[in-house]
Amino acid sequence: MKKRSNALSGFSWLMIIFLYLPIAVLILYSFNESRINAVWSGFTWKWYISLFENRQVMQALSNSLSIGLISSVLATVLGTAASLAIKHYSLRWQNIINGLIYLPIVIPEIMLGLALLILFSQFQVDLGKATLIMAHTTFSIPFVMVIISARLADMGKDLEEASQDLGATPWQTLRYVILPLIMPGIVAGFLMSFTLSLDDFIISFFVAGPNSTTLPLYIYGLVKRGVSPEVNALSTLLITSTVLLVIIAELFRRKDSKTIPY
Amino acid sequence: MKTKRIKLLALPTLVWMGALFVLPMILMLALSFMERGTYGQVVYQFTIDNYIRIFDPLYGLIFWDTLVVAVLTTVFSILCGYPLAYYISRLEKSKQQIWLLLVMIPFWINFLVRSYAWVIILRSQGVVNTILQSLGLIDEPLTLLYNSGSVLVGMVYTLLPFMVLPIYVSLEQMDYRKLEAAYDLGATPWKAFWHVTLPMTKTGVVTGSILVFVSSIGMFVVPDVMGGAKSALIGNVIQNQFLSARDWPFGSALSIVLMLLSLLLILLYFKATQAGGAKEGSA
Amino acid sequence: MKTIIQLDTIEKQFAGSVVVPPFSLSIEEGEFLTLLGPSGCGKTTLLRMIAGFEEPTSGEIYLEGKPLSQVPPYKRDMNMVFQQYALFPHMTVEQNILFGLKMKKVNGAEQQQRLEEVLQYVQLSELRKRTPKQLSGGQQQRVAIARAIINNPKVLLLDEPLGALDYQLRKSLQLELKNLQKNLGITFIYVTHDQEEAMAMSDRIAVMNKGRIEQIASPAEIYNRPQTMFVATFIGENNIFQEEGACTAVRPEKLKLYPRDVESEKHKKTGRITDVVFLGNLRKIYIRLDGTEMSVLAHQYANEGYDWQVDHQVAIGWSQTDEVVLSC
Repeated sequence: MKKRSNALSGFSWLMIIFLYLPIAVLILYSFNESRINAVWSGFTWKWYISLFENRQVMQALSNSLSIGLISSVLATVLGTAASLAIKHYSLRWQNIINGLIYLPIVIPEIMLGLALLILFSQFQVDLGKATLIMAHTTFSIPFVMVIISARLADMGKDLEEASQDLGATPWQTLRYVILPLIMPGIVAGFLMSFTLSLDDFIISFFVAGPNSTTLPLYIYGLVKRGVSPEVNALSTLLITSTVLLVIIAELFRRKDSKTIPY
Repeated sequence: MKTKRIKLLALPTLVWMGALFVLPMILMLALSFMERGTYGQVVYQFTIDNYIRIFDPLYGLIFWDTLVVAVLTTVFSILCGYPLAYYISRLEKSKQQIWLLLVMIPFWINFLVRSYAWVIILRSQGVVNTILQSLGLIDEPLTLLYNSGSVLVGMVYTLLPFMVLPIYVSLEQMDYRKLEAAYDLGATPWKAFWHVTLPMTKTGVVTGSILVFVSSIGMFVVPDVMGGAKSALIGNVIQNQFLSARDWPFGSALSIVLMLLSLLLILLYFKATQAGGAKEGSA
Repeated sequence: MKTIIQLDTIEKQFAGSVVVPPFSLSIEEGEFLTLLGPSGCGKTTLLRMIAGFEEPTSGEIYLEGKPLSQVPPYKRDMNMVFQQYALFPHMTVEQNILFGLKMKKVNGAEQQQRLEEVLQYVQLSELRKRTPKQLSGGQQQRVAIARAIINNPKVLLLDEPLGALDYQLRKSLQLELKNLQKNLGITFIYVTHDQEEAMAMSDRIAVMNKGRIEQIASPAEIYNRPQTMFVATFIGENNIFQEEGACTAVRPEKLKLYPRDVESEKHKKTGRITDVVFLGNLRKIYIRLDGTEMSVLAHQYANEGYDWQVDHQVAIGWSQTDEVVLSC
């Protein structure tokens, strides 16, 4: 029994190493002095510094941030509004709306990218920041709705009924009871959307224009040309910000609705 | 009357998703039945040639390769993911949270960066070859990259979290009293695992397999970065039809087939789990 | 007495199946009416229809003669105390209690004055700045009541308000609630599945079963004169004797036990004692009747009668006036 559980824990650690080793190597080599990656020749920040001096990188960063910010605000507002309204529909409509919401999550990402590309070309919309914002908002809405719906379900209908019972109109109930209680979910949804947008490559690949390169798209361009310390550094930055954002979002999502500070 | 107004809150979202999700999908479907002009433009003429062309041996072979890679990815993910999930589920609650986070984090880092990380390790002047050469084990660098094997490694690597989480959930929900009953009746640990634990966590394995399988058949980043020209999968062909070959109708047809395949699997999954759930309920 | 709530042939169906079959009921002003029944009997559904959270499939509810079907819950002049209290977790005790007045935009000075009164009343003045999470179950329950009565409702609806509390606390709060109701003079409609609670507090009890009101009467009448078999067996313990198409119910405490060797016309049955359960003030004696599979139960108070033991042969008697005849 003991031997078996040792083997199991050994294997599990091996899997974690499998998951993290490539990322660790990538991060490590972003600090490598030498341009020829595999040989370690000393620690340096120079690749990071060169990133900040690179106008194209800064442009891509600014694109990523502005697209991320706008699309996640849009997705959060649209997703929250729809989650709040959905239970007032008949069961039939709820099923249709839910189908519409979950379908984008289950179909392969490439489909949405291509379908949007077709849409934009049919209506002769120039590919650029606007099309990226539209695309990112579209794939973020379902995630916001999943998070907020879970929180609403968690809250139950008691508090809403209590509020109405005490004389609050549906709008007052929304304003004074429901919104404050789902606020951590809204924040988590926003952070999640921002992360998805910042991190997205596949869909952006199809709907970006020449002047709207985002960080992942820029990285792709470099990757196709080969391994370089700049890509390592840029990837490291992307990894760090993604992971931080996800952890913060997760902390908000898990916040117990019974102990929200007010 | 007031609740009617609250219903209106969903309207902007419905319009948005209608215009930017439903409409594009319909356009793609429509496009798949049209012809391609000489210069890559779309000719608005009904045809089913695009679907017939999918059965061309060239594309048939790529579809077949894609399915093989997807099946292998799924199998290896189960082999790697099940023990890991099992280990996590037997840890104390506080440790479980940390391990789950460890599994979740790579899942949030995008495919592109994660595939690229493997390129650093596996390329001919990469980490593995450098170490082996400096140890004097090999003279010439090994070709570790740009083949089906490297694509498989990359796929399992990127999709493993999809497998671990559902299996973990089903292990967590498992009724351990049944396992104890099996031990009580004299089952050896292996027999108990094979006849009790594994069947009871079938739902998790199936869920994970569907997630991994559906993600692998649509995958184009991993083969694009880690595979060579010979290891193109259907996702790469579709990408190519849209960007280089400029045959959008054919690309659309391929996409529709791929999507139907995914949806069919998901549908089968729901059927299977519902039947399984009912059986469990009556037992 | 004035009728405050009138239910007129109310019916409720869920997805085509009848949950509450049509019935009518008048509730008097200032009375403490309890809806009592096993879980799933429709008592909560009935309460929620009065509050406005469920719509009756047909029929009409009147509050002081005015029909309520077009009146949403937030405009109904009644308040509810929820089973799990449903206190707002993001507000303090004070904010919770003031919520109703704030929503109705009552002026600030009046809000404060009523708040002080109510806080005094439920003895929560010192806890006013706490959040619900920092309160015990009993304290949360007081906040829930305070939050409702500050609105001066015409009717207070209570959905198993003591269900989540432990036995001792429940006992003391039962009396408190009863006194509160008497002092405020508000009509209480109280839902519970606990018959002791119903007996202790109510002016009238409506015993419900499968959506139907089986009997509505004072606690004493419900106990002594049950009208249906369900009421006779659901409330307290009872012995049912089936003879010639009619059923007769006799409470265990009304059964008299005699030694077998003494002959008397009072003896209606004979049997053998199978179990004696000692409960302090009371002994429960189970007797298998001769020549049948049937057992009866007799209560014997500690200081009276014979020291019965298992396997004693006994004769059983009771007074004609203690019989309740029911249709089987």
